Amino acid sequence: MSDVELQAQRIEWPKEGVSRVPFEIYTNDALYESEQDLLFKGPIWNFVGVDVEIPAVGDFKTNFVGDTPVVVVKSSADSYSAFVNRCAHRGSTLCYEKTGNRDAFTCVYHNWSYDLEGNLKTVAFHKGVRGKGGLPDDFRTCDHNLQKLRVQSLCGLLFVSFDEDAPELETFLGPKMCAHIQRIFSKKIRILGTFSQHMHNNWKLYMENVKDSYHASLLHLFFTTFKLNRLSMQGGLILDGDGGHHISYSKMATDAGGGTDYESGGLRAQNDEFALHDNRILKSWPEFDDGVTHAIQGIFPNLIVQQIQNSLALRLLIPRGVNGCELVWIMFGYESDTQEETDIRVALSNLVGPAGLVSMEDGVIGSFVQRAIVGNQGRETVLEMGGRTVESQESRVSEASVRGFWQAYRKYMRL
Amino acid sequence: MLESNELFHRVRPLYDAYADCIDEERYEEWPEFFEDVCFYQITTREAHRKSMPIGIVQCNSKGMLIDRIGSMKRANIFEPQRYRHLLGALHVEAAENGTIRARMGFGVVRILESGDSMLFLSGIWHDEIVETTEGLRFREKIAVLDSSRVDTLLVVPV
Repeated sequence: MSDVELQAQRIEWPKEGVSRVPFEIYTNDALYESEQDLLFKGPIWNFVGVDVEIPAVGDFKTNFVGDTPVVVVKSSADSYSAFVNRCAHRGSTLCYEKTGNRDAFTCVYHNWSYDLEGNLKTVAFHKGVRGKGGLPDDFRTCDHNLQKLRVQSLCGLLFVSFDEDAPELETFLGPKMCAHIQRIFSKKIRILGTFSQHMHNNWKLYMENVKDSYHASLLHLFFTTFKLNRLSMQGGLILDGDGGHHISYSKMATDAGGGTDYESGGLRAQNDEFALHDNRILKSWPEFDDGVTHAIQGIFPNLIVQQIQNSLALRLLIPRGVNGCELVWIMFGYESDTQEETDIRVALSNLVGPAGLVSMEDGVIGSFVQRAIVGNQGRETVLEMGGRTVESQESRVSEASVRGFWQAYRKYMRL
Repeated sequence: MLESNELFHRVRPLYDAYADCIDEERYEEWPEFFEDVCFYQITTREAHRKSMPIGIVQCNSKGMLIDRIGSMKRANIFEPQRYRHLLGALHVEAAENGTIRARMGFGVVRILESGDSMLFLSGIWHDEIVETTEGLRFREKIAVLDSSRVDTLLVVPV
């Protein structure tokens, strides 16, 4: 066991189990290093991108697995490759662009060149110049390939793994999570916007926030302030993958007259001061046959699939040191969308993201915790809403999926 | 049609007043810089160049701008903060139908109560300005941010 692991293991989990989380979990530098090895490079699958981002052979995208830089590339008509974004020679960054297209990956430092699968093909001055210099005769290029990752995909979502022992992607996700991904990604998507958001908190605080369906109507006051009556919303929590994955879903009631309650006037703004001047940001149409209008899916450890009415998004959370993280948003619709449908998705996008009328608070709430737990080692957070266990529940006034996150986290981190 | 130098001197005070309105926290006045039917967007250079329709904020009417301020004042939770706009070069040209196309680079410093002060945003406005009986108003204002990354959250308009 490495020193880092030993240090991380010094964190003693409270005897109450997953209904308590030691504050040190968000502030410990050694634990952060340990997460890179045991979790992100452990037997899991990490989302890195969507097939439509790299449609042609040679198209690549750079991204991160934990904080390790990686490249994912369409390496043939029907395959993808991925490797650490680091030349095998001197460790220089291989691709310093976000996206691009290459016939081969050639390091700018000394021109070592790799094929699209990450195999070292040529070395500049391999045989030296005029018989002098060059590599030793027994140097074998095949011993110096890029550090390769496994790649598997589901409905166009590309995942990578460092670990040969990781189960197949669909096994890792489980049938309930796969079914939900298939539900959203059954049609070819069209990316409508991308941006990112830097937050001043440990990455796990954001993931907890995503999984915490209890806070929604308490922290986010847009709907209640504007007296927007959302009528009765049925829903629940679905957990899977040792508790690490979750779906929080609800069905916004629709009026018998058809259409959404917003369109038909079921959504009532009650007086002038607290009325919206333009209701277009609330317009939506029933898009999925199952009647589910809101579904937030958290794929362990750091991917979120969002359906907020017709606002669809993938959110990837990248850890940026123990005290920071970056949330990368990919907003999308479908290629088959009409202009009117695209317009509705664009209008609804005002509710989410760093300037989201409904949810902008999520960008700062983690840092409210991060700055308050300084100097509070030995103390802990309380997670007892909806009980103390990890299970699917009918009520979303629950912290069950937050506890589920910690159950899975403890398993991979051996805490 | 006005000569470009004259145009420049007519338009420049509009930008000074616009930045002053936000920086001095007179947010309720901010929508008044726009026509009733207008388009206001905050997007990124990356999204703008790729013609992607979703940026950070998109409003299709003055009503939506008023709602943004209403939400900021009454609903949203965030740390007390204000902006200082640093205005850059202004480029103006007369367009068809008596409208004016204008571009101006800007920086925005965000100041928190703690004293933390940072260069929060930089970018350029791509604007369409019209003459009304009450003076010049924005018909379209697209704030194209240089970076695709926003720190924490964006609640005060740019």
